Amino acid sequence: MPDSNSTPDSTSAERNPSNLRAKVDKLIAEGAFDLALRRLAELWRRDPASTTASFLISRIDDLRGKDLRDKTSDKLGLTTFKLAILRSFTVEPIVPLLRAEAFAYGIDLEVHVGDFNTYVQDMLDSQSSLYRFAPNAVVLAVRTDQAAPELWRDFADLAPEAAEQAAERVVRGYEQWIGAFRKYSQAALIVHSLERPSSPSLGVLDDQSEAGQSGLIRQVNRELRRIAAGFHGVYSLDYDALVARHGSERWHDERKWLTARLPIAAGYLFQMAREWMRFIVPLGGRTAKVLVVDLDNTLWGGVIGEDGMAGIKVGAEYPGAAYQALHRALLDLSRKGILLAVCSKNNLDDAMEALENHPGMLVRAKHFAALRINWRDKAQNLREIAQELNIGIDALAFLDDNPFEREQVRAALPEVTVIDLPKNPLEYASAVRNCAAFERLTLSTEDQQRTEMYAAQKQRAGAEQNFQSKEDFFRFLEQEAELEPVSDLTLARVAQLTQKTNQFNLTTRRYTEPQIAQMAKKPDWHISSIKVRDRFGDHGLVGVAITHDDGEQCEVDTFLLSCRVIGRTVETALLAHLAESAAQRGRKRLVGWFLPTKKNAPARDFYMEHGFEWQVANCEGSLWTLDLESSTLRCPDWIKLKVSVGSSATETTAGGRN
Amino acid sequence: MTASTFEQVRNVASDIFGIPADKITAESSPETIENWDSMQHLNLVLAIEEKFGVQLDPEDIEEMKNIGAVAALVEKLQSAAR
Repeated sequence: MPDSNSTPDSTSAERNPSNLRAKVDKLIAEGAFDLALRRLAELWRRDPASTTASFLISRIDDLRGKDLRDKTSDKLGLTTFKLAILRSFTVEPIVPLLRAEAFAYGIDLEVHVGDFNTYVQDMLDSQSSLYRFAPNAVVLAVRTDQAAPELWRDFADLAPEAAEQAAERVVRGYEQWIGAFRKYSQAALIVHSLERPSSPSLGVLDDQSEAGQSGLIRQVNRELRRIAAGFHGVYSLDYDALVARHGSERWHDERKWLTARLPIAAGYLFQMAREWMRFIVPLGGRTAKVLVVDLDNTLWGGVIGEDGMAGIKVGAEYPGAAYQALHRALLDLSRKGILLAVCSKNNLDDAMEALENHPGMLVRAKHFAALRINWRDKAQNLREIAQELNIGIDALAFLDDNPFEREQVRAALPEVTVIDLPKNPLEYASAVRNCAAFERLTLSTEDQQRTEMYAAQKQRAGAEQNFQSKEDFFRFLEQEAELEPVSDLTLARVAQLTQKTNQFNLTTRRYTEPQIAQMAKKPDWHISSIKVRDRFGDHGLVGVAITHDDGEQCEVDTFLLSCRVIGRTVETALLAHLAESAAQRGRKRLVGWFLPTKKNAPARDFYMEHGFEWQVANCEGSLWTLDLESSTLRCPDWIKLKVSVGSSATETTAGGRN
Repeated sequence: MTASTFEQVRNVASDIFGIPADKITAESSPETIENWDSMQHLNLVLAIEEKFGVQLDPEDIEEMKNIGAVAALVEKLQSAAR
């Protein structure tokens, strides 16, 4: 997102793209890799062109070469992600744009491009280069002319029954390839829908029947969506709608198609890359969980402190309508489980009056999980919001019309997703809707109820103040925990937690839905989820533990809890359950690694505090072990624990066994 | 050809081929630039179209034998568009 506004931290000469390039090279030569990356990000924001992408990629590859190969991405704070593209057309020029845009979202993307039109062999052959690449995700980018040639060319020659049969054949083909893919790989699969011709062979007559050229392609697309929904981790990308959004005439370049098998015009390659990013960002776990918004000239037009309630612009009519469109975009985010917060330089009373009582406002104070309305530095306010909501600073996104504030936040908190609002308020809503950091590929009940959950969290924090001892507070909370093995109903949420949980996560191993499903089938592996509620409300499914038995020991592969329940001894309950069930299965020891990352310090002493003994350490982390015969690890007696085994449930109060 | 068009084309080529701009001359061509292969040629074409807002025909693309020729082509297309 280019930004031509003046910024506080760089002069105009420094912002010149070629000077920025020189600056990057100088910083790399000096060994200041962190600063070099920041400048690269700035360069990409100012000029997201293919030349910039080539420059950026070459420097990132250069930085990688300068350091220990595998450790670099982690050190640079980037998530590594492997994407394979199976295709029927030239995608190579899109790859640098895609990698540059991925970098802007904190993802170090490695891309494998399949040969032209070998996607069927690639998917059906378990030994193909596709599977050897071991991708995290695969894009199946096939155009209609290749996937359904009979529905594309000479369609008018086909008898109606032959056309129907052709459509069915296409669907069966996809079903077979996707089925094979799922058998051989647990990677996510993103399937392009088929594009309709911009000029059907029979002209307007085509649209008079469901069995016309457009109608049949639409039917194939409906079936593709159905097939995708039938598999975990298979997603549909509406390519037909993408082309329509940008305009078929502008999107296509017939010359490039005929000479280089590249159907997309130079100016739209970036849009293709951005569409793929809407899947890669959530798959790579680089999403924002909270959107922090400014008020004056962002949520409404004008300045409440100067213009007053009657003067600010927000309502159903222009110009206020532009702000209502933004409100609707914010409410849609809220429905997807993204929390909203306010950070505004204002007098609290003025701002609250508008938030509570202005008739044109669609978002109200109750929609915001945290409010910082004061005259302090915004970066500091953002830190406090992250702390209050118990999430990492990198899970924040920031929306502010003032380029000065944006640059200040970027400089102080580079991990925050800063959205560059366009100058025109009419474009605000789409700037928010097009931000890949807010994309979600699945929606759990937890997501939809998140705003209410945080309101309950505020009450808990208030109540905690009134108790002298932690124990008294825990008893007052009346926590109930429910443990159950992962099931079809909880699979999406369990995978999502492994992908998103950063702080209380002992090994930070990320798993996709298919990987979890695969693991759950193995007899030696156990995947438990924990749901927690208390007198203030339901936390939902907040923790996951994965173990596997190996001889006399049971190893904890994954142990994580959402931050909002940490410190309430739920973690002890979950660990005690692992120990108990491992002992029941006849294991002698429970062992587990702690693998440190930049963010999981809250989990560092977890094993030690629960009586585990330090066993060994290497460059990755430390291994801890608990002797199950002598262990005194028990579920705290203030937690009422219910353990379900598949469908049947047995209720026990842990305290009774102490 | 003006110095500024040539310089801009040279900067584009520098990014695409990953070599310093001052190492690129009007005579630089697939013979002298190691990774100027057919895929990089396509990338160069796309970058030129994007940067200068022009559309290159297949015949134009064949004319792009060296950096000087690319700059001359850009000027020709830009003046035709005016």
